[in-house]
Amino acid sequence: MVKSLVKKYSFFLIVFFMTAVLTLINKEVGFKSFGIAFSSFKQMVSLVPPIMLLLGLMDVWVPRETMMKYMGAKSGITGIILAILMGTLAAGPMYAAFPFTTVLLRKGVKFSNIIIFMNAWCVTKISTLLFELASLGFEFTFARLLINLPGVIIMGYIVEALMPKSELDSLYANNS
Amino acid sequence: MTSLILYLATAILYVFSYSKDRDKTRQAFLKGWKSLTNMMPQFLGIIIVVGVTLALLKPETISSLLGSSSGAFGVVLSAIIGSIVMMPTFVAFSTGSMLLNTGAGLPQVAALISTLTLIGVVTIPMEAKYIGRKATLYRNLVAFFFSILVGFVIEKVVEILW
Repeated sequence: MVKSLVKKYSFFLIVFFMTAVLTLINKEVGFKSFGIAFSSFKQMVSLVPPIMLLLGLMDVWVPRETMMKYMGAKSGITGIILAILMGTLAAGPMYAAFPFTTVLLRKGVKFSNIIIFMNAWCVTKISTLLFELASLGFEFTFARLLINLPGVIIMGYIVEALMPKSELDSLYANNS
Repeated sequence: MTSLILYLATAILYVFSYSKDRDKTRQAFLKGWKSLTNMMPQFLGIIIVVGVTLALLKPETISSLLGSSSGAFGVVLSAIIGSIVMMPTFVAFSTGSMLLNTGAGLPQVAALISTLTLIGVVTIPMEAKYIGRKATLYRNLVAFFFSILVGFVIEKVVEILW
């Protein structure tokens, strides 16, 4: 039990130990590092657990056929719009989007739509838009969105096109 | 605030789900719990790495590298910095504005913000666990080149608009 736990958390334990050593050498940098790490942890606790539990609900309640119809291979523009909307309404750092992909893959969502969702999560989040307007101004924000929105869609299709078909098939098979 | 709404909405939906179907709700909870504990080991390591990089990297250091005269080289450099460093999106925006005020150029800052938000070299191992190594690599690479493009066109777009 303890052994498997240590193995599972080995990466964490190693960086923790290294940062502790760093703290002994340079107290200021060390404390600052742990302080920033702790604030990331607080942010995670405030968002990720409910997101995970909601994903659990989505997984058991939303039928695969429904998701495939609206976001699957033949969903066209509807799928793209839904993927962007899902990402835009999101809150939280990029890594919080990763667990969504498991459910999306399992429900047969088109791969380009999954990438569109992930990238939209990163760049068109409503929750951080106000911060952007406040710190960088309307001109910058609007110009960036104007470039990013089509960019997100194009990137989704490029990534899907780059993926070998066998790789995609096994990815969907592993998640079903 | 967001957090409170999220927790409340989750609780309400779970109560509703439980009243409809106990077994399904239990299944949903176990699935959610499992994905949470699965992401923990990597996540805890990553936030420490992020903490150390941010503690070592000062905004003044970045802005001296990314001055408006740094040109195309500066754009590529900011894209590289933005890919390696990871920070919350709202911190990225205020860093961007601070850099603009301390003399960094608009194209460089745009490329930096774009890569800060889109790319996470630190989270690549974590991302690969979800969508596989190949897709992770392609997503990050395509986003990298896109961000450089953003750096080159943002001034033009601002000029055309205003």
